[in-house]
Amino acid sequence: MLGDGDELFSLAGEEFAVFAKAVYKSLEIDYPKFYKMSNMCKLGFLASEYLLKDVNIKEKLVDRSRVAIVLACKASSLQADIEYSKTMGEIPSPALFVYTLANIVTGEIAIRHGIKGEELMLVQQEYDKEQLSDYVSTLIDEGNTDFCITGMVDYDENHHYFADVCLLGR
Amino acid sequence: MSIDLREKLKGELIEQLNLEDISPADIESSAALFGDGLGLDSIDALEIIVLLEKEYGIKISDPSAGKEAMASIDSLAAFIEKNRK
Repeated sequence: MLGDGDELFSLAGEEFAVFAKAVYKSLEIDYPKFYKMSNMCKLGFLASEYLLKDVNIKEKLVDRSRVAIVLACKASSLQADIEYSKTMGEIPSPALFVYTLANIVTGEIAIRHGIKGEELMLVQQEYDKEQLSDYVSTLIDEGNTDFCITGMVDYDENHHYFADVCLLGR
Repeated sequence: MSIDLREKLKGELIEQLNLEDISPADIESSAALFGDGLGLDSIDALEIIVLLEKEYGIKISDPSAGKEAMASIDSLAAFIEKNRK
């Protein structure tokens, strides 16, 4: 994990579940819901947690109704969809079902940080920062948004994952 | 009421509900499962309903009966003892 190019956390050679738990523990927070999240949600949660624990950033986000979350992904909620589909032979799992939507990631981040501005999850074939940046600029120019958590959070069906988030603002 | 059933239920809830870092010894049998107790939510309630059907063959058709049954481990165990097939 890198923050502005500096290494924040490293754990080589481990599968995502182990890596994610280690990152969560390193944050020293108490948020049991984390363990119930899909891998994609865990990834987005951890990325935003590191972003927003920066004191300088936290101080800016005074009015959370004017903070937006605009993210992109490639594989949507496909990995969660596959996990859910495995339960459909017996009794489908409600706890897995709730994560079969890509934009649950933005919802989990919003719940955790009390963010009440616009939320959007785009599905992009390839990570298109310019498209995201253009949309965020429009949001800010419209006058209802001061800051926006934006970037990509992606977890695919082969357990390849990538997250790149930042805060854009006035 | 079987103590074993209560301990079994605690283990099943920990696994079914992804209650990481919690052991059966951490769950008091008489403590509330929802709200201030174990802090379970509505999705967890649905998962418990799934557990009851899969493991004990019990289908909950009356929501108020289900709510009463899920108040605590004790009430859940009593409900299972009374209704299991």
